Formats: sequence, structure tokens, C-alpha cells
Amino acid sequence: MTTDYIRVEHVTKRFGSFRAVDDADFGIRQGEFFSLLGPSGCGKTTLLRMIAGFEFPTEGEIYIDGQPVTGVPANKRPTNMVFQSYAIFPHLNVYDNIAYGLRKQRLPKAELDKRVQDALAMIKLSGFEDRKSDQMSGGQRQRIALARALVNRPKVLLLDEPLGALDKKLREQMQFELRQLQKTVGITFIFVTHDQEEALSLSDRIAVMQKGQVLQIASPRELYESPNCREVADFIGTMNFLKGLVKAIDGKTAVVDVEGLGLVNAPLPEDYSFAPVGAEVLVGARPEKLDVVRGAPHPGEKGVKGDIGACAYLGDRNHYQVTIEGLGHQLMVATEQGDRSTLASFSPGEQVTVSWGDNSLVLLPKT
Amino acid sequence: MSRPLKKVGERSVGITIFAFAYLFFLYAPMLVLPLFSFADQTIFRFPIEKFSTKWYEEIVERPEMLRALWNSLQVGLVASLSATLLGLLAAKAITRYAMPGKTLALGLISLPLFIPEVLLGLALLIILNVVGIPLSLMTIAAGHVMLCTPFAMAVLVARMDGFDKSLEEASLDLGESGWMTFWRVTFPLIAPAVVSSLLLTFIVSFDEFLLAFFLQGNEMTLPLYIWGQLRFPSNFPPVLALGTCILVASCALVVFAEWLRQVGTPGDKPQVGV
Repeated sequence: MTTDYIRVEHVTKRFGSFRAVDDADFGIRQGEFFSLLGPSGCGKTTLLRMIAGFEFPTEGEIYIDGQPVTGVPANKRPTNMVFQSYAIFPHLNVYDNIAYGLRKQRLPKAELDKRVQDALAMIKLSGFEDRKSDQMSGGQRQRIALARALVNRPKVLLLDEPLGALDKKLREQMQFELRQLQKTVGITFIFVTHDQEEALSLSDRIAVMQKGQVLQIASPRELYESPNCREVADFIGTMNFLKGLVKAIDGKTAVVDVEGLGLVNAPLPEDYSFAPVGAEVLVGARPEKLDVVRGAPHPGEKGVKGDIGACAYLGDRNHYQVTIEGLGHQLMVATEQGDRSTLASFSPGEQVTVSWGDNSLVLLPKT
Repeated sequence: MSRPLKKVGERSVGITIFAFAYLFFLYAPMLVLPLFSFADQTIFRFPIEKFSTKWYEEIVERPEMLRALWNSLQVGLVASLSATLLGLLAAKAITRYAMPGKTLALGLISLPLFIPEVLLGLALLIILNVVGIPLSLMTIAAGHVMLCTPFAMAVLVARMDGFDKSLEEASLDLGESGWMTFWRVTFPLIAPAVVSSLLLTFIVSFDEFLLAFFLQGNEMTLPLYIWGQLRFPSNFPPVLALGTCILVASCALVVFAEWLRQVGTPGDKPQVGV
């Protein structure tokens, strides 16, 4: 793994007997937008703080650009951080906030001034030099925090849920700006969030964490389409989970007897050691990859009869809960609302066929 | 549970009367001091027949009184500076470091507040005697440091607990050392509390009597001098005049400290629209 710019090697962090981070082992490439995603308390912030140098691993090593930094304190690391609270110094104005790190480096006055002005231009806040932080809005403070970190030209920028405090509209705008900024400066970003949509829309790769463990590291598309376990599938989007029994392996597909659906052909994942013939597995199906029709399933697809239970109209799509004989729980199906007619929708109690293509099924280990 | 709150002022005539009575009993006796300091008589008795400012003019003719005042100012300055410095170190340790025995340390530092001062004074006197340190203004100041440090610590702990610790982390993250982080971030942010602590501990020291009584050498502090003058009623009115001056100065100081606290607290300022 010589191409990795940052290496997290078998890092474990214990607080007493609690394992906040449990044997995290992965690499991050130079210039990558890398996210740590998970519910609160999953260890993502602890992991970020270990990369920043605010916490130190109980076991394991961390390397940045080939240099071991495991025991190096934050002020000696080539990283800078954007804090969740932004941590803008309230006693300093915008200019002095951004110049804070450069003043420590004792840069010549002219160069310092140029770099601060460039940073202000980058975040479109030129002319706001003399403002204090309590005169700035949330979005502006967030950009000041970004500039204050980036002006030091760190090798890695660490972001701890930087968009969490902003309202929805502003958050979406800042996501876009953040992505643009990362492309422009080309610095490696490590981004912590609990918001899966945010992680999906921003990241090159995402590490999904739960209870201190890294479950899967993959691109957004791969995480969504080919999760490697129930937890990841559940955390990223919505998924129906059906119990099944592997009957046969046939080339790149597994023939699985699934409760309620009967025999299906599910594509085999890269690592299918968990699914030998005779093994109990889970078959996952995203609601939007299923469809509800009257009569026969779509051509080339399979179908099963069911009854519509609850319906929800969501404007751009409809959600249906479908009861299927032999299935212990209801199947969730999401259909697109393509036109304004009401013909495409179904009513509770209606008998329908749920239609699916084999390729939309995901084979998962039984948990 | 969710009873609507009563509006103050509607059915609260009783509580208003109580409040004013309370304030009257609290502060009316204080007004006696300035009142008699302007009375042209040496006996405290109503009615006051004639007012004058002659006792104020006499202040300057009492060198031993001014000397006691000067002594008190010196002791107060040494005690408040030392106590605030010690309190700052304690507050930093208590709010920023995980250490064993933190609660015990906090308790031990606060203990002098709860030990009867008579016993404290006696114990200190015995120790100084045993070790052979002669009594002086500095021994009084040392005793006052003991008494003032818990106050300083309480004020400073509250402020240091109150501000976002990620500000200090941000400074470290931007490459600054721990020591310079203290001077560039922590100190400017707690400066109002430091001033508060200085004023509070100064006042505690300035009016302290018992420890000063035990630990005094040849020099007196102002409270000791005032107590001594009680035996000579005819000497007393100028003391009242000086007392009034000190009262006014104290009030001005408190107002100043409060103003400083409000100016120095980020976020208290009215928001300016962008």
C-alpha cells in the first residue's frame, strides 16, 4: 500500500474498558475527499481527533505522507481542522483569526498579508477583515474556519461535522462550495458526518463505522449498490431484508430460496465465502428497485402476488407496504410518480404483483 | 404541572412590601455612616443639629490613620495578586487536566473558607512563632492569600468552564504551543474574570480583621486601626469620613467590574446585522 498518503494501521483507542475505536486499518489517498460516516458514538470523531493529534491511539500507528505521527501532538502535525463549533476566536477579528497560524510561523508581513487576503478572496469575504465573529452569520463563520485552516497549507484538512449547525438550504449550498474548494486546493480532506446523504454527495470514498469498527470502505455508489453487511445497507438508504437459504452456486449468481419470493438468482458479491451451498443468508432489495404492477411482472423480471397495505404519497414518489404470503413482514416498495395522473397509484387492499429484476438483489451475510 | 405562571405585579403587593422591607434593613444601617460623617457632633444621636464637612478636612490631619490605609492597600494588593495567580493555576488544572485527586484538591483549597478564622489565625500565629518568622504586614498578607485563593479559584473556574474548549484546541491545531495558546487565546478570554478576581480578593483582604489581628506586627491595617479608635469617641468622626470615602470607592469599583464583565463577555453585545 505505498500509494496511501495517510495510513491508519490497526488503531485501537480505549477509554477505560470502552473501545471507542476498534482496530481501524485503512489508507487514504492524496487529494481524496474521504468521509467517516456513522451514527453518533460510533468512534468517527475519536478517529479524526487521533489523526489531528488531540487523542492518541492505545494501539496502532498513524502515518501522514510516510512519516509516523502516532505520538506527535497537534501543534506539530501537518494537519489543520475545522471544528464542529468552528471555534472562531471571539476576541479577534476575521483578519487576525485567519492570520493566527501564520503569525506563529513568523512570516514576513507582506507575505502574511497576501496569504490572508487570498484566503479571504477564496471564501468571498474580502472586506470583512475587521468584523468580529459575533457579527458573522453561521455560514460566514464556517467559511472563516475553513480559511483559517487552509491558509496554513496543511497536508490534510480535517472537518468535524462542519455543516451540522447550518440550516438545510445553507447546508446544501455549503456542500457544493466545499466540494468545489477541495477540487481547487487539491488538499486531502477527511470529513466526519452522521448524515449519509451528505457523505454520499461529497465523498470520493466513505468509511462506514459502527460501535468503533470500520464496516466497509468504498465509493458512494459501491456502498449503496453493494453493501457488504446488513448494518451498512441499513445505514445507507433503506433496504428490505429477506431471509434465504443458498440452494446452488451457478457461475456468478447464487440460487437462493427466499421467504415469500421463492427461488431467486442473486448476483454473488466479490467475497462470497459466507454463502456456501446450504448457508442461511440475507437477500436485500432497495424499495426503489422493486415495482408494483397490476397483473404480470415487467418483461424479463420475476413477480410475486401481494396485497397493498399502507400507502404514502410523497410528491415525486409513492411508498407502499405490500403484504406477501409466507413473508413475516411487509415489503416496502417505492415507485416513481412520473406524471400527474392518479392511474399509476394503488389503494390499500388492492391485489398487485411486486416485480423485481434479479440484478437488483443483494446477497448479504446473515447477522 | 403546567400551571400558567402568575404575572408579577398583579397579586404581589405583599411580596413587593417584603422586598422593600428587606432592602431597607439591609442597607439603611449603611447610610448611618455617611450621615454622621457630615454631622457636626461627636456623639451618635438624632436629631442631627448641624451639618459640616469638617471631619473630611480632618482626615489629612490623622497621619496614623492614613498610614493604616496605606498598609491595607499594600496588603490587599499583594494578597489579591498572589491569590489570583494561585487561583488561575488551580482553575487551569481543575478545568483542563484529568488528574487523580481533583475533587480532593478542590476541597482542600476551599477549606480555609470553612475553618473558623479564629482557629486559622491562632494556628498561623503558632507556626510563625515556632519557625521564627517575625510578624509584619507580609505575614498578614500571607494569611490573606490563604483566605482569598478560594474566592479567586471559584471565579476563574466558572469562567474557564464556561468557554468552548475547542478554542484552545484550535490554537494548538494551528501550530501554537500550549504556553502561547494560554497567552493568545485563554488569557484574553478570561481577562474579565481575572479582573473580577483581583477586585473581589482585594476587597476580602481590605476588610479582613481577625487574621490581621492575630498576625499583625508593629504596623496596623485599617480595620485594626478603626477598631482601636472605638475607645476614643472624640477621635471617631474622621474615621466615619474616611469610611464614607471607602464606601463610595467600593461602589464605584463594583460598578466598574460589572461593566467590564459585560463588555468582555462575547455574545452579550447586541448583534449587528450583516
